[in-house]
Amino acid sequence: MKNGSVRLLVIGVILGIILWGGFNTAMEVTNTEEFCISCHEMESTVYQELQDTPHYTNRTGVRATCPDCHVPREWIHKIVRKIRASNEVYHKILGTIDTPEKFEAKRMEMAQRVWVSMKSTDSRECRNCHGFESMDFEKQEGRSVNKHEEMEEAGETHDASSKEGRTCIDCHKGIAHALPEGFDPKWNSPGE
Amino acid sequence: MKKSILIMLVTMVALIFAGTAVSGVKSLRLGQPIDEDAKAPAKAKLMVKEGGFARSYGIQPPGIPHKVDKEQINMKVNTCMKCHSEETYKKEKAPQAGKDGSHYVDRNGKKTAKIAARRYFCDQCHAPWVDKAPLVENTFQGAK
Repeated sequence: MKNGSVRLLVIGVILGIILWGGFNTAMEVTNTEEFCISCHEMESTVYQELQDTPHYTNRTGVRATCPDCHVPREWIHKIVRKIRASNEVYHKILGTIDTPEKFEAKRMEMAQRVWVSMKSTDSRECRNCHGFESMDFEKQEGRSVNKHEEMEEAGETHDASSKEGRTCIDCHKGIAHALPEGFDPKWNSPGE
Repeated sequence: MKKSILIMLVTMVALIFAGTAVSGVKSLRLGQPIDEDAKAPAKAKLMVKEGGFARSYGIQPPGIPHKVDKEQINMKVNTCMKCHSEETYKKEKAPQAGKDGSHYVDRNGKKTAKIAARRYFCDQCHAPWVDKAPLVENTFQGAK
């Protein structure tokens, strides 16, 4: 009897390691750019556009990959995003955006979904790399400095719903991918 | 008769050659042999100037006093209008595109609600500046 429970414990531990390890590996594999662009829907559209932007090509050679902006880093938010991504697998099977024409027809809808989600998280993924503490306003253009200083002061409230709670995405839409047809310039210019 | 024409031609050709030799014409290649690749000009950064550049003459399209490499002007969007459109320029403290209304008139003289199609491609007339000396000396004085 005692022998049996020890065996059960050992099996449990080994099984646990395999299952958790496997789960973790799957999470990491699906969190790479190679995985994202293994579908032509991403590879031949948004990935091509990204390559012309400073998030891919720049002076220092530091770059962002898809998950840096589109997958949260914190575990719980990451899991939520991964579960939502099952919808993307579903539509991949359906072929919802499997031609450039279909992609363009849906671009506005998809872009708006990303903008809404970034707004609701106070642009959390942007702030994983970009922080006001590390921004050298001396090196920015005057037109940027005024707004960033204003935002830094207001940012302490961290309330995305308030007027002061404006967040990165409110002004920085279309910085990594082409903007959708019908984009209204007012959307990148919040305020009264 | 024939002879005099020939003499005239020869003198003309000689004069042209002599004239160029005296004035010392330099090509924009700056004397680099034609069978060699021209040397690339030194790199220059786009100028950023608060308040913008002064015009050299009355109807000169104003230069762009900031970086533009992230802007997109294509069939779908014109990101210059994020700040320079009639709806946003006040908020963004940016000059309005064609504030005399010139950019909101189509070729038939009809007013347009959005920027007119023929004014859509900003960088056809408005150019960013680099801080460089002119290739050849230029004594042009801008309108004062």
